[in-house]
Amino acid sequence: MSLSEFFHMGGYAFYVWASYGLALVVLIANVLVSVWQHKKLIAYFQGKGRRARRTL
Amino acid sequence: MFVRSLNKLASPRYFYILAGRLVPWIGVVCVVLVLIGLYWGLVIAPADYQQGDSYRIIFIHVPSAWMSLFIYMVMAVCSAIGLIWHIKLAEVVAISSAPIGASFTFLALATGSLWGKPMWGTWWVWDARLTSELLLLFLYFGVIALYNAIEDKRVASRAAGILAIVGVVNIPIIHYSVQWWNTLHQGPTVTKFDTPSIDISMLIPLLIMAVAFKLYYVVLVLMRSRREMLLRERNTKWVQDLVEVQ
Repeated sequence: MSLSEFFHMGGYAFYVWASYGLALVVLIANVLVSVWQHKKLIAYFQGKGRRARRTL
Repeated sequence: MFVRSLNKLASPRYFYILAGRLVPWIGVVCVVLVLIGLYWGLVIAPADYQQGDSYRIIFIHVPSAWMSLFIYMVMAVCSAIGLIWHIKLAEVVAISSAPIGASFTFLALATGSLWGKPMWGTWWVWDARLTSELLLLFLYFGVIALYNAIEDKRVASRAAGILAIVGVVNIPIIHYSVQWWNTLHQGPTVTKFDTPSIDISMLIPLLIMAVAFKLYYVVLVLMRSRREMLLRERNTKWVQDLVEVQ
């Protein structure tokens, strides 16, 4: 099987690659959002801690 | 002994540390399985004699649909445990599961649509299987919205938990819809009490992808639960110590 045949997917290229692409985007975005939210929360706590100490 | 180790596991601090250690290992296994599953499903597996190469959407569509149901059941069971025994970890896992379940439900619907267009000639039909799966997506949205609408997270967990448990009636409807009603959607080919009517060369990559998706859920739910646990425990000493050193 040649590479162009592989990408052609027997004429169903759009449907097959759209499905796989969509899954890739959704699954990776979920991971990135989770990591970002976690970091943001810790940064928020740290900022809050420092503010609390300054006011003491 | 068993109860004691269970209590230890459910303690927020211990869970946070243990989950943090597990995530990278399970993540690596998951990525490896995805790569094997993709290669097997897209390259090694032969084309279908009726559907040609379009059937390859199955390796995304079916595991996503399975996960949409599986995660809902995990969410409902954890909600019930949280409601009955007030175990914080169960509440946290329940609400952390909701966006992941919604993602898989969306993928099942979207890839189903992309498969339906070339095979059935339509993106969408209002039949029992598709409609009940769409309802599942709205149930996930409802749980997330209800949880976010209530300030006190313990109260929010109870309210969202009750909604999640009530929504369980939809699960058998989705599963049996293709048998109870006439529909465009094909009947079960793998999960039936007979030999699966799918060739072994296609079944193997399908099962590999299913395991990979399950591990993906485990990784994501641990990551999300860790954050949710930090948020809920923000006034405790262990979280304040942890934030200090980082």
